[in-house]
Amino acid sequence: MNTQFDSLTADHALEFPGGYTRSVGPVIGRFLTELRDGRLVGVRTADGRVLFPPVEYDTDGTAVTGEFVDVGPECVVGAYAWVPRPRPGHPLDRPFAWALITPDGADTAMLHVLDLGVFEPGAKPPKTLRAGLRVRPKWRAERTGTVGDIEAFRPDVTMINAPVRADYRLSAGRALSRFLGGVAEGRLLGHRCRVCGKVYVPMKGMCPVDGVPTTEEVEVPDTGTVTTFAVNNIPDPRAPDVPFVSAYVLLDGSDIAMVALVAGVPADQVRMGMRVRAAWRPREEWGQTMANIKWFEPTGEPDVPFDDIKDYL
Amino acid sequence: MNDIAVVAFAQTEHRGEDSGLSEVEMLAPVITEVKQSTGLSRFGFTCSGSLDYLAGAPFSFVSALDAVGAWPPISESHVEMDAAWALYEAWVRLRHGDIDTALVYGFGKSTQVVREDGESGLPELMTLQLDPYYLAPLGPDQTSLAALQARAYLDAGHKEDDLRAVAVRSRAAGRANPYALDLAEPGEEEYEVAPLRPSDCPPVTDGAAAIVLATGDRARELCERPAWIRGIDHRTDAHAFGARDLARSESAALAGEKAGARDVEVAELHARFSHEELILRDALGLGDDVRVNPSGGPLAADPVMATGLIRVGEAAARIRSGEAGRVLAHASHGPCLQSNLVCVMEA
Repeated sequence: MNTQFDSLTADHALEFPGGYTRSVGPVIGRFLTELRDGRLVGVRTADGRVLFPPVEYDTDGTAVTGEFVDVGPECVVGAYAWVPRPRPGHPLDRPFAWALITPDGADTAMLHVLDLGVFEPGAKPPKTLRAGLRVRPKWRAERTGTVGDIEAFRPDVTMINAPVRADYRLSAGRALSRFLGGVAEGRLLGHRCRVCGKVYVPMKGMCPVDGVPTTEEVEVPDTGTVTTFAVNNIPDPRAPDVPFVSAYVLLDGSDIAMVALVAGVPADQVRMGMRVRAAWRPREEWGQTMANIKWFEPTGEPDVPFDDIKDYL
Repeated sequence: MNDIAVVAFAQTEHRGEDSGLSEVEMLAPVITEVKQSTGLSRFGFTCSGSLDYLAGAPFSFVSALDAVGAWPPISESHVEMDAAWALYEAWVRLRHGDIDTALVYGFGKSTQVVREDGESGLPELMTLQLDPYYLAPLGPDQTSLAALQARAYLDAGHKEDDLRAVAVRSRAAGRANPYALDLAEPGEEEYEVAPLRPSDCPPVTDGAAAIVLATGDRARELCERPAWIRGIDHRTDAHAFGARDLARSESAALAGEKAGARDVEVAELHARFSHEELILRDALGLGDDVRVNPSGGPLAADPVMATGLIRVGEAAARIRSGEAGRVLAHASHGPCLQSNLVCVMEA
């Protein structure tokens, strides 16, 4: 087609100003009137089924009886569609689902809106969204007799969230205070047991193997070996972005591994036996805290053979 | 009773952007093309399918008659439905036996349905076709309703990968079809409305198509290899889709049964969303040996109101080219495959 011409365009709207007035008749009218009063009703067919929302004829073309039946408010979800980014004409401006909703006591379903309390634009469908989900209507305070008198349907209450909090002031104790005092100066201190000779970093002031006090102070370097590790997919404010790695790092000269973050390497490339070095924060940010070490990073040295770390797992 | 056949078919090179042409300017070349290929300038009957809501003007189909040439007055009709139903009306008219040719056409310029924010308003325009009491006030757009049916289909024991496979195959076939849009192989996509991704949904498309039907010897005169209509039927489901099983299409199955949907080699299905093809394959009993939508189908070009008629034209073209001896064309309208037409043709 030839498009080499100057095409004129104009904006245009099609509208019935004030809306299009429709009669609803006695069947739909009864439903909408009950809806305005906060009740769900279906209509009984000649063969005893209950159509919801009510229509004048069943699918076989037989006129329904005039008997209206209270249904719900407990309802069940059938087919559903998840809208991650609502369009301008949609009833909610945040993610929601369309769903076919059948009230208890009814045999057919109504399309309506399912509000699962999701606010993040583009969110994936929540795992709770599936056929069989039990829901109830959330009524608008001001109702006018339209299907929109129900703002949305909401899942039944199956869980609550109970806040728990208690406040403390904890003492580090003599040994840990001494250890963190060393960390504040960029030093990693431990104790050597006079019985078994093992070096504990940080020290506890006791050898947990021999049950004797320890006093001989040892300084170890900030390099070590990953003995084992875990890949974390749950975000933590103290850690890098997920996935991040928490590892047991056996500091050189120490006999017990300490838990630390490992970064500076993709999570899927961390290995048992990997050599690492502490990444310290800038000295002006140091305090009496392990947070002085952001995490451990690979040194690039060859991995330590498994046999050399197998007793430290 | 006279046998009736498709003897000519033409379609535009469908477009995903507004070409700047009016509907009449878009339609006229395809009318001219079928006139030239048959040598006819007048027809016993003329019937069109279009949608005033696409133009935003009442009786917009009347001005489209300028493309036909309607003076002295012609015998003419119109359906506010896909033009496949105009073809059905023309088929019924030809069965009267007093005329022997009919012109059928459909057209739509979906690109001019533009929201205030500049995005396509086609999905929400389709909300206007819904039940005004229970559905339209909630504002469900066509993609949302299709996704509802897709979920019902998946929950009946199918996988999302099945939908992806339809989208991939349709777009690849569309790229090989000079009349369809050139759409990329689907990559990683976020959900449009879960479980549907953008490539599971039809592209906004402008286009038009025309078909000439003729009876008996007249058909043999006008075309070397007419596609004889052996069966044509259309059926509809309850308009309240909360009252039917969305995972299946009873109306398509019934229309297929009445039209003789068996032993076909090629099927052109008016499946505007990928799951619809799978539901229709089940309903029409199309096995893996049947080539479905070799044109790319509606997922590769969806000029609304002509899309169904194009299925008939594309299927008939397989007869005319000698590729197939028995083919099926399907058209649909309404939300969630509410209404279905099946047309079976033979060499």
